Amino acid sequence: MREQLEKIKLEALEEIKEATNSQRIDEIRVKYLGKKGSLTTILRGMGSLSPEERPIIGKFANEVREFIEEEIKKALLNIKNKERELKIKGEYIDITMPGKKVEIGGIHPLNKVLDEIKDIFFGMGFSIAEGPEVELDYYNFEALNVPKNHPARDEQDTFYISENLVLRTQTSPIQVRTMEKTKPPIRIIAPGRVYRSDAVDATHSPIFYQIEGLVVDKGITMANLKGTLETFAKRFFGEKTRTKFRPHHFPFTEPSAEMDVSCFVCGGEGCRVCKGSGWIEILGCGMVHPDVLRKGGIDPDEYSGFAFGMGLDRIVMIKYGIDDIRLLYENDIRFLKQF
Amino acid sequence: MKVPYNWLLEYVDIEKDIREVADALTMSGSKVEEVIEYGKEIDKVVTGLIEKIERHPNADKLRVCQVNVGEEVIQIVTGAENVQEGDTVPVALHGSTLPGGVKIKKGKLRGVDSNGMLCSEAELGIADDDSVHGIMILPKGTPIGVDIKEILGLKGGILDFEITSNRADCFGIYGIAREASAKFRVPLKGIETSFKEKDENIKDYIDVEVKDDLCRRYAARVVKNVKIGQSPEWMQQRLMDAGVRPINNIVDITNYVMLELGQPMHAFDHRFINGKRIIVRRAEDGEKFTTLDGVERTLDSSMLVIADEKGAVAVAGVMGGLDSEIKDDTTTVVFECANFNGPNVRLTAKKLGLRTESSSRFEKDLDPNLVDLALDRACHLVEALEIGEVVGGKIDIYKNPVKPYTLEVDPNWINDFIGINISKEAMANMLGYLGMKVEVGDKLKIEVPTFRQDIRIKEDVAEEIARLYGYDKIKAEKIKGEAVEAVLTREQRLTNIIRNVLVNRGFFEINTYSFISPKAFDKIRLPEDSPLRNTVKILNPLGEDFSIMRTTLIPSIMETLKINYARDNKEVKIFEVAKTYHPAENMPYEPVKLSIGMIGKVDFYDLKGVIENILYVLGIDKVDYERDEKNPIFHPGRCAKLLVRRKSVGYFGEVHPEVAENYEIEDRIYVAEIELMPLFEAYKTERKYKPLPKYPAVDRDIAILVKDEVAVAEIENIIWKIGKEIVEQVKLFDVYKGKQVPEGMKSVAYSIIYRREDRTLTDEEVNKVHESIIKSLSEKLGAQLR
Ligand SMILES: [Zn+2]
Repeated sequence: MREQLEKIKLEALEEIKEATNSQRIDEIRVKYLGKKGSLTTILRGMGSLSPEERPIIGKFANEVREFIEEEIKKALLNIKNKERELKIKGEYIDITMPGKKVEIGGIHPLNKVLDEIKDIFFGMGFSIAEGPEVELDYYNFEALNVPKNHPARDEQDTFYISENLVLRTQTSPIQVRTMEKTKPPIRIIAPGRVYRSDAVDATHSPIFYQIEGLVVDKGITMANLKGTLETFAKRFFGEKTRTKFRPHHFPFTEPSAEMDVSCFVCGGEGCRVCKGSGWIEILGCGMVHPDVLRKGGIDPDEYSGFAFGMGLDRIVMIKYGIDDIRLLYENDIRFLKQF
Repeated sequence: MKVPYNWLLEYVDIEKDIREVADALTMSGSKVEEVIEYGKEIDKVVTGLIEKIERHPNADKLRVCQVNVGEEVIQIVTGAENVQEGDTVPVALHGSTLPGGVKIKKGKLRGVDSNGMLCSEAELGIADDDSVHGIMILPKGTPIGVDIKEILGLKGGILDFEITSNRADCFGIYGIAREASAKFRVPLKGIETSFKEKDENIKDYIDVEVKDDLCRRYAARVVKNVKIGQSPEWMQQRLMDAGVRPINNIVDITNYVMLELGQPMHAFDHRFINGKRIIVRRAEDGEKFTTLDGVERTLDSSMLVIADEKGAVAVAGVMGGLDSEIKDDTTTVVFECANFNGPNVRLTAKKLGLRTESSSRFEKDLDPNLVDLALDRACHLVEALEIGEVVGGKIDIYKNPVKPYTLEVDPNWINDFIGINISKEAMANMLGYLGMKVEVGDKLKIEVPTFRQDIRIKEDVAEEIARLYGYDKIKAEKIKGEAVEAVLTREQRLTNIIRNVLVNRGFFEINTYSFISPKAFDKIRLPEDSPLRNTVKILNPLGEDFSIMRTTLIPSIMETLKINYARDNKEVKIFEVAKTYHPAENMPYEPVKLSIGMIGKVDFYDLKGVIENILYVLGIDKVDYERDEKNPIFHPGRCAKLLVRRKSVGYFGEVHPEVAENYEIEDRIYVAEIELMPLFEAYKTERKYKPLPKYPAVDRDIAILVKDEVAVAEIENIIWKIGKEIVEQVKLFDVYKGKQVPEGMKSVAYSIIYRREDRTLTDEEVNKVHESIIKSLSEKLGAQLR
């Protein structure tokens, strides 16, 4: 009987190893372990054994059953893995085919760059102020130390609506407007459209964007102006950016300066964009003129401040390598899709 | 302003390279826009002595020269006829370069070796035209084999300055020299003004009367026995380098003094001053006068003229007259040196369209005390050039002499204001170089010279200190004091949200001009009495097409669609957030609007969907859409008015075919215009959590046939009204016309979800409500169940 059991064990093992699918394994299970299976049949014949032999053979028979069950389990797992692998193999797709997209649009390059600049100043505690585009002559000129007949009015060819209404030629009128409304400390930027009666060409547009900045508080110094604008330049143009402040003249700041940044195209080596100088003029700035503070209702003996103004279009054009300002206002969708 | 470098060096000893000087002066406030270096492109050109000249064996017009260039004698073939043996000439050697990037190499000319080129002045870039002169012949005794740049003084150049309007004193080379002296801390040299007066009296020659205060000072001198001719080469060269054309020695002197000191002058031929009287007066309205340039001009009484007894001889500060100009046979000259009201000169020049070197200086309001120096300098030059004799005495009418201005400034304040720390003595020293007299006490007591009218307050002084100290040396510091919190306003935040929704729905933001053509209103079919035609108008527009401020964004977005369509961009989805401008009592009203435009594979409902998305994101739920057949811009059957909280905030739909045609678009166009402020006001900040449903829902579909003109909103209203107790959601899932649906009818299918919050609904309950909905639809809308 022992030999029979050994034989069954070997035969079952053989058959399990040859089985390639789970169905076949089921057949094997029935053949050996089922109610009419060969192992069961043998166990049924146990009665014919001597009482001494019975427990020994019984134990062995159980071992054989456990062995076969274990092998079946292993084989099943193996087959399942193989079957899954096979299924997976048949399910390969071309992952280079295009994805299912919702078409996404885009922000205009001017606003895209403006958003970036706003974020930088926002991080430095600057809020965003706004003002009218059809502006009183008073705020656009007079409050900024540019009285009627001042030569600076010639330089900024102005669109007039009436004798005392103009299309603002700069964002600077927001300075006095903000001071009138807000007590120091003031820290704002004011982006917006400005207007000059320039004929349209590749570098001139009668409408363009400026970003004004104003800080007023006790003890504001020119060193603060440098610190703030240097930080801006590094965050916007990159950490390696160097800045250069040159004296200049604006009627509404004293002292006044222009800020150049090291050319972010060539890194200061000199290229076509910076006309070989390695520097790009970015903005005008200065300490707010005491007359302007007074016009804003702020006592210049108690407070001081600085202001700056930059042209957004130029920055956008240099940043993206756009050589014709008209592209920014024409809105060809093929142009807009590039940003 | 162009400043020849060697002219500048006459007044300050700076031994520095021109570029270094340019950079330094730029950093101290005199911005150099361009440095034009002489001879920059000249390389390997040396002086050479022509030792022997022979005829070319094969060409009549060529000659073969043996030229000693110092270390060797080389053979050069030339076509020039003006050279002779013994001449010293500039020689471009093999491998040399000349202005314009010309490279010279050895070669053969008609079979004879030529190892370089003899140069003309034009070839060296120092004269415009060499047709007369031929090869440049250098003076006898010029050393041989020396770099031509050294011989010709080509190591300098021209500095082109941008002068800011506040610095009238820098419109002369001497003013720039003063800046250089302050920057480099070297003394400013004096100006040579000495001359001898002849014993006659100017009063015997001329009489002057000033009738108007627009002339603050009028001074004159007379020069007799004048020999008109060309001014010396050096003077002509300097004038040309500074951008002024040489005329004759007298006119050149006035221009020379103007360039040097910034004080314009004028020279009259004494013969043509009628009555020997100069009257400074206002022009008469309509007075005719022919200026030097030969143009007859009509003057008016806002303008100041210099006149004689018969009429004007000059427009004050702008230009002299043709009649009294200096001629070849002029023998007696009246030098005018005056000071005129700056803004008035500017206006006159503007009115006449005649901006001159003179007017552009006067308009900055010059220092009246500059007159003495300039007039004397001119007389000195007359004497130095030996071209005339100065008559004794001068005319000088100067009613209100300008005096130096004094102010006191606390040096500690300057340090604090700029953020530096320098001693008051150092400050005084800096200001001294600028011509200010400073007494150093606790405060700096500063006497500001009259040529610095721009310095009146302590901030002005701070700027002088800061720029001479160097802006680059000021430390960059963070703003101290309490932190200021940056906040976005609700409008700014919500505008960003709206833009994001549109971008995520595939729209591109555009940016268009704020002014439009009045014709645009016709193009979008606005009736004559439309309130949108009430516009803010520009008095001096760039042209009619840009003459009114837009009251609606529709024309702009239509133009943008037109441009794109014409360029074969036929799938376009765009939007703009921008101001419109509406006349109001004091200032125009400038509400911000949103425009949306689409062409391509889209329909009305694509546009409506985007608007619904925006309203959803803003949490606005009290929204109505009303059919608007009257809006002239739109297809009457495909236009909706958008109402938020029952108030109209905008409109959208398919553009009227006639409007589409006006913009040359042969496709359906969908546009919207919505005012943003009402949306911001309706924006719901609060959102409250509602418990998730505990009891199951019952879902019932319903499909009905209704007449075509029945709006789905009517059906939905009935469903909601009848089922309001238990209806949770009503969802339209199909609208069908065509097969199996009778003409003029449509099939509409809804899925209705019923649910109660407090218990499970029974079938019976749902059936009851569902039935009464069907009944009501049938009664009210004639709906038939399908
Ligand atoms: Zn560069």
